Amino acid sequence: MVSIRAISHAYGELVAIARLDLDLPAHGVLALVGPSGCGKSTLLELIAGLQQPGAGEIAVDGATAPGERLSRCALMPQRDLLLPWLAAIDNAALALRNRGMRRTAARAEAGRHFEQFGLAGFERARPAELSGGMRQRVAFLRTLVAGKPLLALDEPFASLDAITRAEMQGWLARALAAEPRTVVLVSHDVEEALYLADRVVVLSDRPARVVEQLSAPAPRAADRDAAVTDPAFVAVRERAMAALHRGSR
Amino acid sequence: MKRWRPTSHIGDKLANWLLPGLALAGLIAIWQLAASTGALADLLGLEAFLVPSPAEIAAALWENRALLAENASVTLREIVFGFLIGLAAGLGFAVLLRLSEALRRIFYPLMVGSQAVPILVLAPILIVWFGFGIGPKLIVVALICFFPIAVNAADGLRSVDPEANKMMRSLDASRLQILWRVEAPTALPFVFSGARVAATYAPIAAIFGEWVGADSGLGVLIREDSARLETARLFAAAAVLAAIALALFALLALAERRIVTWR
Repeated sequence: MVSIRAISHAYGELVAIARLDLDLPAHGVLALVGPSGCGKSTLLELIAGLQQPGAGEIAVDGATAPGERLSRCALMPQRDLLLPWLAAIDNAALALRNRGMRRTAARAEAGRHFEQFGLAGFERARPAELSGGMRQRVAFLRTLVAGKPLLALDEPFASLDAITRAEMQGWLARALAAEPRTVVLVSHDVEEALYLADRVVVLSDRPARVVEQLSAPAPRAADRDAAVTDPAFVAVRERAMAALHRGSR
Repeated sequence: MKRWRPTSHIGDKLANWLLPGLALAGLIAIWQLAASTGALADLLGLEAFLVPSPAEIAAALWENRALLAENASVTLREIVFGFLIGLAAGLGFAVLLRLSEALRRIFYPLMVGSQAVPILVLAPILIVWFGFGIGPKLIVVALICFFPIAVNAADGLRSVDPEANKMMRSLDASRLQILWRVEAPTALPFVFSGARVAATYAPIAAIFGEWVGADSGLGVLIREDSARLETARLFAAAAVLAAIALALFALLALAERRIVTWR
């Protein structure tokens, strides 16, 4: 589904990524973790087709041109970036409206998911009237409704408090189990990455290179708290933390 | 957590209107007292008939209501249409600069630099070119309104979070859809801010245009009353002009509250 071959990328003199290779199968969830500023978000934008690497090749579903990659990928940014002048349902339906679908049809299509996302009754609410967790769920729904084969999630819960973040992680794991998608997730939180992804790639400090790839322990307990305290999970987390320390200067 | 506030919302609103209202009433009362006793004329070293009291101005306003209304309608037309032309041109220009980085680099510094040209002094030339009709006044008002609207709108369109732009691109938005769905609403408060500034300049521009060459309008009335030393009616015309400017400002504030509902 996603194939990255020997990509390098620089901003002027600053080399962000140096000869990086990665592969992700369809319906797999890959998490990228690494020190702050190591180039995780740059890598995500490169995969999504928002930027083109200086060298190497990225293919998403066989497409290598940036415009074609972009048409196969929906980005969920770090902040929810909901448009404050639109109701929750119109925010969720943005991609459909952009493709020319009429407002009523787009609302009906996006509205089908509101109950499943715990947003029933809040269709007409403006973003300012929603809690942090609800805003993130609308932002995720907006990404999902775009109907792209690849979801690029850039630290989706970083702006939430610890309790809401843990709740949202559990919720996202269930949502992805119910509707499997190919996902690239950027996170600074090793526990979050291991809980949500099948495979975690630990990146080094800039320029980003792969320090270690870890498979998440499976099967995971349905309950998040039980899953993250499982001895197998804790052991992999320790390995990931050690890899992070090795990759940091 | 919300901070506890001792005054209610209604109390705040009342205070917002009551205090300036009381201050204005106080100033008018002092003016009335100083003018009716002749103290103000003495202080300024003028004849008493040159310094009308608020009561005399009110009387002149009532007695000349037909004449003032007739001339005010001319000036109002110049202000409103000139403002609308300036608004349309300012918004159009800002959108063009947003869509083309090359145009922005060329014209934004020129636009800011053009403010060094005192637009009001162009009025006599415009009269020479276009005659004594409404045209030159509309051009002067539109030119005065153009700058604050264009600069604010251009800055507003550029103030969009680049991340929102990326998010929209990944949701299949075209350049024009990003402009319409994200950049334009983001720029709206900026546009209203520029429009309010333009609305306060527009009456001055219309009056100046009329001074330079016109046969009707509040500017013509003020110029004639000044020559005839009809000071009470002159003040009455100025009061009507101030009322027009305030009404335009209030209308824009109301429109902003109705349209920009998310702030």
